[in-house]
Amino acid sequence: MSGDELCDLTATELRSRLVEGEISPSEIVESCLHRIEVLDGQVRAFLTPTPDLARERARAVAELARAGTSPVAGIPIALKDVLTTRGIRTTCGSRILETYVPPYDCTAWARLSAGGSILLGKTNCDEFAMGSSNENSAFGPVHNPWNLDTVPGGSSGGSAAAVAAGEAVWALGTDTGGSVRQPAALCGVVGLKPTYGLISRYGLIAFASSLDTVGTFTRSVRDAAMLLSVLGGRDPMDATSLDQPARDYTASLSGEVRGLRVGVVREALGEGVEPGVRSGVRSAIDRLEGLGATVGEVSLPHADYALSAYYLIAPSECSSNLARYDGVRYGLRVPGEDSMQMMMRTRGAGFGPEVKRRIMLGTYALSAGYYEAYYGQAQKVRTLIIRDYERAFASFDVLVSPTSPTTAFRIGERTDDPLAMYLSDVFTIPANLAGVPAISIPCGLDEKGLPVGLQLTAPVLGEELLLRVADALEHELAFDAVPGLVRG
Amino acid sequence: MPVDIDIDHVARLARLELSDEERERLRAQLSLILEHAAKVSEVATADVPPTASAIPRPTVLRPDVPTPSMGPEEALANAPDREDDRFRVPRIVEVE
Repeated sequence: MSGDELCDLTATELRSRLVEGEISPSEIVESCLHRIEVLDGQVRAFLTPTPDLARERARAVAELARAGTSPVAGIPIALKDVLTTRGIRTTCGSRILETYVPPYDCTAWARLSAGGSILLGKTNCDEFAMGSSNENSAFGPVHNPWNLDTVPGGSSGGSAAAVAAGEAVWALGTDTGGSVRQPAALCGVVGLKPTYGLISRYGLIAFASSLDTVGTFTRSVRDAAMLLSVLGGRDPMDATSLDQPARDYTASLSGEVRGLRVGVVREALGEGVEPGVRSGVRSAIDRLEGLGATVGEVSLPHADYALSAYYLIAPSECSSNLARYDGVRYGLRVPGEDSMQMMMRTRGAGFGPEVKRRIMLGTYALSAGYYEAYYGQAQKVRTLIIRDYERAFASFDVLVSPTSPTTAFRIGERTDDPLAMYLSDVFTIPANLAGVPAISIPCGLDEKGLPVGLQLTAPVLGEELLLRVADALEHELAFDAVPGLVRG
Repeated sequence: MPVDIDIDHVARLARLELSDEERERLRAQLSLILEHAAKVSEVATADVPPTASAIPRPTVLRPDVPTPSMGPEEALANAPDREDDRFRVPRIVEVE
């Protein structure tokens, strides 16, 4: 391995070689499958690889890929295992869905599939997307390709690790409180969480419906723009899908940021942020200024309360959404004397510790006598967070902060301390509460040689601006480090 | 202030069977997390309206036109237990 095989290239590069007829989809697929074979025993990104399907599909879409009409044709992708795929097991990283085979495709995959995309398999994740380290998967943790003793982040850890290790060219994840951006940061890839409702949630197995967002893992900002161009736009199957047409997001990547006002989030560069993260993000901000952007400081005064609000709202919605796993229509059933006992045993045996913790938390927060004090108050804080952003975006075009306060931490380091684990998402959660789009791009390595992620945030439906700034900064930073594991 | 939680009551509402060890651990952890989460009350004053969804959408209705739906075989394919075209479940009510 050298880190420059087909499976290591950007989708943009592969697409142009496909259109030129230099390579075929089958060659890309074989390159990815070989990489999976060599590395996935250590990385463990995939729960259900689909090599036979991928090979068959590569042959079927060869002509479409050559024609170049669809930006995703002929390029292999991995999907987080909370996105339903018709006829292909979808587990959510949970024992309770270990043998579940969905009868329908999620809209995100249906659109990619129609565009000639090739599925490589389903990736590991924290159980029902609840976690920040991928250690909450019922099927074992994913290992970060940059250092196998560290976590890839979560909850979409398998998708992030697969892209970082060259096991997939790009991947889909989901982001409810940072589950795309934080693992992207920890694995040194680009992670985009679009505006809530821009990508349909149909077939995204629900965790917290008012926050859940499909997002992308890619090796470049341009690749993210390409994927979003196929994924975005109104879907009648999702009542919260925004009334937006599909559009070509690569058109806005002009490389130009002169005169744009960039707000540095003051609260996000204070205590609790590792020095390596702070200096990496600081120097990237200087480069952005060097490109002609105007940089100033901005405050999100209620950001401090976002974590508290999130850990009331998300568990509340989770306790309601996960009520459907009752051993009746699908998934695990543990027999009992009557239906009540069957349900209690099924859920007791089928859910892992973090999911139980959140179901209990949410059930309590929504229960009679406590609803106003917890859930009701958290919803008010959500209003305050939205107002913070409105105020910030009155003076600035985009906001910048670290994506995560730390780089990848060691496996096992935070598993006994839920509050410490929850802090991993302290900078990513506010964007979910406000519905605004945000992206994480790699901006360097810390003293341990682990990637540092920088987060940019834009107003609702500001994807074109967000991607333009991210793309310009990405070119300026020219981050081209590759995990040692991949260099071989 | 530490929050005292009736774990058995909440577990029953949530339809979760818990071991003694899980019950003890959850009691301690939930109390700690809720104490932290209660911070929201410091700023959530009476004059702030609640937000349920960041980008509210009016209720969306589809045209009232029948379309094909999933057949029984497909719908029952993942059922843990079935009888004919129905999901089979253990006894729900007492029979005299």
